[in-house]
Amino acid sequence: MKLSYLPGCTLKTKAQDLDLSTVAAMEALDVELEELPRWNCCGTVFSFADDDLMHQIAPVRNLIRAQEQGGDKLVTVCSFCFNTLKRASLLVKENSDKLDTLNTFMDEEEDYTGNINVVHLLEVLRDEVGWDQIEGKVQNPLKDLKVAAYYGCTLHRPKEAAIEPPNKLEALNDLITALGATPVDFPDMTTCCGSYQAVANPEIVINRTREILSSAKESGAEMIAVSCPLCECNLRENQKELGELRMPIIYFTQLLALALGVDPHLHQCEKNPADARSFLESKGLLAACTAAE
Amino acid sequence: MEATETKMIPIYIMGKRYEVPEGLTIMKAMEYAGYQYIRGCGCRGGICGACGTIYRKPGDYKIYSALACQTAAEPDMYLTQLPFFPANHVPSNYAELEGVPEDIYKLYPELFRCVACNACSKICPMDVPVMDVIAYIKRGDIEKAAFEAFDCIQCGLCTSRCFAEAPQFHIMQLARRIYGGKLAPKAKHNAEAAQAVREGKFDAMLNQLMSMSTEEIKKEYIEREIEPETAGDDWKPKDAKWLIEEFLR
Repeated sequence: MKLSYLPGCTLKTKAQDLDLSTVAAMEALDVELEELPRWNCCGTVFSFADDDLMHQIAPVRNLIRAQEQGGDKLVTVCSFCFNTLKRASLLVKENSDKLDTLNTFMDEEEDYTGNINVVHLLEVLRDEVGWDQIEGKVQNPLKDLKVAAYYGCTLHRPKEAAIEPPNKLEALNDLITALGATPVDFPDMTTCCGSYQAVANPEIVINRTREILSSAKESGAEMIAVSCPLCECNLRENQKELGELRMPIIYFTQLLALALGVDPHLHQCEKNPADARSFLESKGLLAACTAAE
Repeated sequence: MEATETKMIPIYIMGKRYEVPEGLTIMKAMEYAGYQYIRGCGCRGGICGACGTIYRKPGDYKIYSALACQTAAEPDMYLTQLPFFPANHVPSNYAELEGVPEDIYKLYPELFRCVACNACSKICPMDVPVMDVIAYIKRGDIEKAAFEAFDCIQCGLCTSRCFAEAPQFHIMQLARRIYGGKLAPKAKHNAEAAQAVREGKFDAMLNQLMSMSTEEIKKEYIEREIEPETAGDDWKPKDAKWLIEEFLR
C-alpha cells in the first residue's frame, strides 16, 4: 500500500525520531509512506476566523500537492499538522465559496477538488492495516510494559476533526494492546499539556506536566506514549524539576517500530531525565530488537 | 540597398507613453526614450540583478516581472523598474555560525510568518521557487534550499511582494553561504593546491614570469598553444610542464 505523507517541519528538525520511526515501522507493515515531493508548513495552527482565508492557503496548498500525487488520502503523524490540515480540508469541503476563493487566488496551481481525506497515522493503523494484522507482525512483544496513552488535545478536538468519537478513546490503547504492552487508563489522557504557552507562560506548562505525570503514575503507568512533538517536548523538558514524578515519554511510533523489530530511533529519549532508552533496556525490550542502534 | 523602416511600438514607462523601435530590450527601449541609467543597470547580461522590472499588459490582471536587460519590449507594456527594494539585512559573524538551521531562524525569525501565498515565486524573474526554498529552510533542509535558490540574483522582487515582509533574497543568500562554507563536502584538490602554494611549488614559475620583459611576455602570449574548439575533455597541450598536476606531483 502506498499513501501520500506529509511529515511536517518539526518532524524534520526537532522531532526527527517521530518521522524516522514512523517510516521504518510502516515499511515493516508493507505501507509505503510517499512523502510529498513539495510541501510547505501546514499552517501550524488552524485559523478560527471565518473569513481569514489567507491562513488557509498553506494547508490547502498541501492538499493540492497530495491531489497531484494521485491518491485520495494524506497521512500525517504530527498531531498539530493533522489538526490544521484536517480542519482546513473540512472547511473547504463544506464551503464551496471559500474553496472557490482559494482556488482563484492560487491561480498558478491546479484547482483543489475537495476530495483529499486527511488521516492521522493511528487511523491508518486501525482502518488500513488493522490491529490483528499488527499483532501478527509483532516480533518483539512489549511484555510487562505499562503504557499510558496520552492523546493530548488535537486528535479528538473538535469532534468533526477527531480520529474517533471524543468520548471513546480507543485507537492508541488498542495499538498498545496489539504490541503486547498493557495500556493504562488515566484521567488526563486528553488534558492539554499547555501547548505553545511554553513560550509566554511556561508556568502553565509546568503545572500541566505535573498534573499529567502524577495522574499517569498513580494509575500505574511506567511510561507515556504520545503522538504530538509539542506534547513530547513539554512533558519531557518540564519534568526535569519534578523529581519523583519523572517518567519516560515516547512516541507511539517508537513503540510500534520496537515491537515490529525495526529501528525505533530512540535519540530524543536521551535528553529526558527519565530516559526511555535505558528504561526499555532495563525491561529487556531493546536486546530483542537488533535493529535498535 | 534601401534602408528598411523599423516598426515603432508604444510602451508606457511609469505611466507615460513612448514610441520605441521594435526588438529592443526594455533597458535599451528606456534609453531610446531618453532615460539615462545611473542605478538600475549593471552587467547588462542577466546576472547582476540590478534591473528588476515590473510590468502589466492591457486587459490582463496578472503582474509580470522581467530583467530589463534580458527581455524584449512588447507593445503596450506598462513598465516600472524596481532596481532596489528595502529589506531587513541582519549582519552576522560568519565564523560564529554553526551551520545549523537555527543560525537562520535566529537572524530572520520573520520567515516563520510565511503563509505560503507563493507571490514570491510568481514574481521571480529567474524562476526560483522562492516559497519552496523558505519551506525547505523552515524544515531545516539547508542543502536543498541552497541548491533550489542557486539561480537567485538578489534583485529583491520576491521581497517586494511578500505578505510576511520577509527578505527572502537575504535569507536565501545566507542559506547558500552556510551550505557552501559549513555543510558542503570540502574539495580535496583545493586543499592540495593550497598546500602546494604554501610549499612554494609555484614560486619558480612566478619568478620566471616576473623576470621577463614586457616584450618577452607578449611573445609568449602570442605564440601560446591554444586549445582547439573541438578539443575533448582529455586535451592536453604539447608542452605540459605548466599544468597544475605537474606541480602537484
